[in-house]
Amino acid sequence: MHIQLSHPSRTVEIKGPKKTKDLLKELNLVVEAHLVIRGDELVTEDEMLYDQDQIEIRPVISGGSPRLTSPR
Amino acid sequence: MNCTKCKTRAVIDLPRHNAAFCKGCFNYYVHDQVGRAIKSEKMFGKDDRILVAVSGGKDSLALWDVLLKMGYKADALYVNLGIGGYSEVSHAKVVKFAETVAAPLGAVLHVHTVEQEAGAGIKELAMLIHRPTCSTCGTIKRYQFNRVALEHKYDVMATGHNLDDEAARLLGNVLRWQEEYLDKQSPNLPASLDGFAKKVKPLFRLSERELAAYSVLNRIDYIVEECPMAKGARTLLYKEVLNRLETESPGTKQAFYCGFLDKQRKPESSPTTMAEKDQAMLHPCSVCQQPTTADVCSYCKMMARAKAHAS
Ligand code: SF4
Ligand SMILES: [Zn+2]
Ligand SMILES: [Zn+2]
Repeated sequence: MHIQLSHPSRTVEIKGPKKTKDLLKELNLVVEAHLVIRGDELVTEDEMLYDQDQIEIRPVISGGSPRLTSPR
Repeated sequence: MNCTKCKTRAVIDLPRHNAAFCKGCFNYYVHDQVGRAIKSEKMFGKDDRILVAVSGGKDSLALWDVLLKMGYKADALYVNLGIGGYSEVSHAKVVKFAETVAAPLGAVLHVHTVEQEAGAGIKELAMLIHRPTCSTCGTIKRYQFNRVALEHKYDVMATGHNLDDEAARLLGNVLRWQEEYLDKQSPNLPASLDGFAKKVKPLFRLSERELAAYSVLNRIDYIVEECPMAKGARTLLYKEVLNRLETESPGTKQAFYCGFLDKQRKPESSPTTMAEKDQAMLHPCSVCQQPTTADVCSYCKMMARAKAHAS
């Protein structure tokens, strides 16, 4: 299957079928920091993904201001 | 996986709540969490005029969307920092959201363009005054946000800080014991005499992943790309560490941050320390005389049991 990744933007090919959870594990990505999108629909961890699927793994963590201690 | 509430197909699982939801039930969950945050921290009411700081990212646009859909009077301010393509794209996304979603609900978008007032974008400006870009940026954003709030007489300013932002900031402050900043980590900072408008963070109960999911599910077109200046920020490291903990042990971030808020809310707990409490309850073990809170100490109990089994 075709997998679109960000930061940096790139695509990888991975052989299906595969559970979402296992795909993330294989790519060494933490569940809590990513969403998996098939076509334009979100899928859950136990969803099976197949070779013909268009998958995007979207990181959800943003850096924001590094001024951790800014008072306001 | 099926929705915990209505049993139709789920689109997102929430390990920290031991639940999975379909789109409808997830939207209900998000609105409910924001409703609880607003209520528990007494942030604002239906008659208050709210100014949301939007950046074009998922959190702030989701916040604007949620507040409008919950029936609050919420306008927004976007500050164009003049950071090349990043600012162009984020500005376009904000305008698109304002026109297609917010305007039909009666809301207004204010825009401040740094280049227009300062004659240069934020990077050039920071170079000119020999300050780091992000601190220059922070000063400008805070200033403009407050100015627009006061000028247009908004009752309260709202920002899109989420659970991950607050937990990461708390971790940073605790690691270096920056106690003077802990007081200021409340999701509700009241207006101050020196002219700061009231500031609230209605998303503090929702994680970054939940807010990204809300945006994807509700077709909110946000900028996924990061501000190019954010690279290497220490916040990212703290978030990464917290997310690894969260994945191993769901609920960690919420327990960390919300537990902190609970502790802060309570008036100083009883003056007796743990050590003092122990002291008051200790007396000699009736068998060996070592201190214990029971009649027979746990060591003596253990040995008695061992001997009983051996015989
Ligand atoms: S990363 Fe720095 S420059 Fe970019 S928006 Fe955040 S504070 Fe401003
Ligand atoms: Zn449902
Ligand atoms: Zn004893």
